[in-house]
Amino acid sequence: MDIFLQQIINGLVQGSIYALVALGYTMVYGIMGLINFAHGEVVMIGTLVTITVAGSLINAGMPVLFAGLAGLGVSVLICMALGWGLERIAYRPLRNAPRLTPLITAIGMSIVLQNLAMMIWGRNYLTFPPLLPKINFELAGAHFTAIQVFIVVVSGATMAGLLALIYRTKLGMAMRATAQNPAVASLMGVNINRVIAAAFVIGSALGALAGVMVGTYYEIAHYQMGFMLGLKAFTAAVLGGIGNLAGAMLGGVLLGIIEALGAGYIGDLTGGFLGSHYQDIFAFIVLIVVLMFKPSGLFGEKTGDRA
Amino acid sequence: MHAKLSLVALSIVAAFAFSACGQKEEPKPAAAPAAPAAKPEVVVKLGHVAPMTGPQAHLGKDNENGAALAVEELNAQGLEIGGAKVKFQLLAEDDAADPKQGAIVAQKLVDAKVNGVIGHLNSGTTIPASKLYADAGIPQISGSATNPKYTQQGFKTAFRVMANDVQQGKVLGEFAAKQGVKTVAVVDDRTAYGQGLADEFKKAAEAAGLKVVATEYTNDKATDFKAILTKIKSTKAELVFYGGMDAQGGPMAKQMKELGIKAKFLGGDGVCTPEFMKLGGEAAEGNYCSLPGMPLEKLAKGPEFKERFTKKFNADIQLYSPYVYDAVMVMVDAMKRADSVDSAKFLPAIGQTKYDGVTALIEFDAQGDLKGGAISIYQYKGGKLEYVETLGGTPVELAKAEVKEVVAEVKDAAKAVAGAAAAVGKEVAADAKDVAKHAAEAGKDAVKAGAEAVKNAADATKAAVEKK
Repeated sequence: MDIFLQQIINGLVQGSIYALVALGYTMVYGIMGLINFAHGEVVMIGTLVTITVAGSLINAGMPVLFAGLAGLGVSVLICMALGWGLERIAYRPLRNAPRLTPLITAIGMSIVLQNLAMMIWGRNYLTFPPLLPKINFELAGAHFTAIQVFIVVVSGATMAGLLALIYRTKLGMAMRATAQNPAVASLMGVNINRVIAAAFVIGSALGALAGVMVGTYYEIAHYQMGFMLGLKAFTAAVLGGIGNLAGAMLGGVLLGIIEALGAGYIGDLTGGFLGSHYQDIFAFIVLIVVLMFKPSGLFGEKTGDRA
Repeated sequence: MHAKLSLVALSIVAAFAFSACGQKEEPKPAAAPAAPAAKPEVVVKLGHVAPMTGPQAHLGKDNENGAALAVEELNAQGLEIGGAKVKFQLLAEDDAADPKQGAIVAQKLVDAKVNGVIGHLNSGTTIPASKLYADAGIPQISGSATNPKYTQQGFKTAFRVMANDVQQGKVLGEFAAKQGVKTVAVVDDRTAYGQGLADEFKKAAEAAGLKVVATEYTNDKATDFKAILTKIKSTKAELVFYGGMDAQGGPMAKQMKELGIKAKFLGGDGVCTPEFMKLGGEAAEGNYCSLPGMPLEKLAKGPEFKERFTKKFNADIQLYSPYVYDAVMVMVDAMKRADSVDSAKFLPAIGQTKYDGVTALIEFDAQGDLKGGAISIYQYKGGKLEYVETLGGTPVELAKAEVKEVVAEVKDAAKAVAGAAAAVGKEVAADAKDVAKHAAEAGKDAVKAGAEAVKNAADATKAAVEKK
């Protein structure tokens, strides 16, 4: 039983990380129907910037908490600028182009950012400075750390904050209006360019936050770390219903737990025929089944004919 | 429409993911042509393949540095082969540690008509590529592909300058048994290297009386191992063996600790790197790993190579660069002996190699494997890799290292004697004869001691051989 509980905890934490990243995907998609594949790379840059800033502050003798917050602050600012730049350079000129064009640009931007990061930070693995104290808890034989609790709380709080932003603020209202019908929204006096730029900036700030969480958790960073993470988060967003914030959260957590249980029990279930490297089978079977019966994802809204 | 787009996007992403995003590195431009000389100049193209992008890019760069250093030194020598001045050119390619990409760049090198290939780094890319090279008759020497299959395919063109995983797995299995554990869990990354090493380890561990209680798998891009480690925890294994690379091994050791797993961690050459300790942190401390060959410090040309390398690249040696350096040297040595840079002509000469390289005295068996490759065990201690012992292999290298030490001792003794004699000579100028006699006697003693030491070393060697 303690093993099962441990697997659930493993999955929950992994899933919360997916969810944090997925929020960024889903936010941009919800407003302009674009899948920003460079989002995983924004997360990566958030992590690497934090390493540089926090690492050098710690070396300079600053307290760890201050260094961590400063690192987070700087990386959020840089990622916001990056998100704005991405939208301005890669997506805005293509706003009225066929749907697949910005998709390809997004993949292109992802490769550009990876190589840029490789040139700046090199090919070696970087260690993330330990920003949070290492406190271990034990619950019914299952181990977890303060960082893991922190990650789950932060991703939950972020989702709540985003929901409040979308449904309680004027910017949120403008975003919803833009999502429904950009042309009409702009006739109503909504500055479409500004709203979309805001979506990218906020999404990228979340990406930076996710990057710091991932870095703190695994204490390792690499210029390629954003790729797989982005892929999984995108899967999570689709599973939950892309464009829906709660769906991204649920999809992320669900994907994480399915993966953990898959890796933990697939060997026993198939009598050793399939090993733990087939863990992704479960995740993708669930994804396919969900998409077959509910093509817009678990929480996906019927978007009718807009797209 | 949404769903459809999602599906389209998914499939694009999938295609993207599996086609691997390796970007090739442009071949290094040839240096400015030398001034017109009377002798003709030939350009010898050597292909080099390693992952320059992706999770193992740090090791790939290290390999390329090793090859680049060798090429630079060879060019500085101004070699003449077959009556022409030769200029070596390194065509460096990136395979992103991906077997498919490996075959693509191999074909590219074949099309570029390279004279020989150094690499690849990973067994998983080396094995499929070796067929292309064999078909084209291009000699290939890998400095790091350790999967036994590479040389077992019967290709005349495939060589390696490192002990293979049958040897390494055996040593590791026996070493694990000596650690006082009874149950082991084996994890591998499903690459040709990781899987091959893990399988050999398993065989050896079981033969040594250990029980393999769990076999789990991950991949060479993963960062989270908690799910499989939790499963291993439930089996209460006392030692976890990992067949894979440092980028996964380090975080894995760390996550073991976070889950409260007290088992020891053991791995092969892929995790025997400074990077592993950096990534594993405290969790690495006290655990063991193995590396084919002998530590550089113990080898005659090791320390000097290290110095040249760090001076040139301003970077530490990660792992395989000395082996890759030797691989280039062995290939060029064969060209020299065959007096030809023509692949077909110098290929037979590679098989007869007897080259005293940085990493070992390199000789190949009929398959193209390194003869008598030794395996050394290291311990992670105080943030450093500390040499523990060398197992397996023929003791030639060991004896050589010992003899080297003895010779140094004898030399020191002789020097001291000479010094003492000189001092005495100054003080008692009158008794010159006596002094001379003394000195001679002392010298004789020193030589005798030296001879005895040499004899001891020889005995040790003999004993070791007999023990084998």
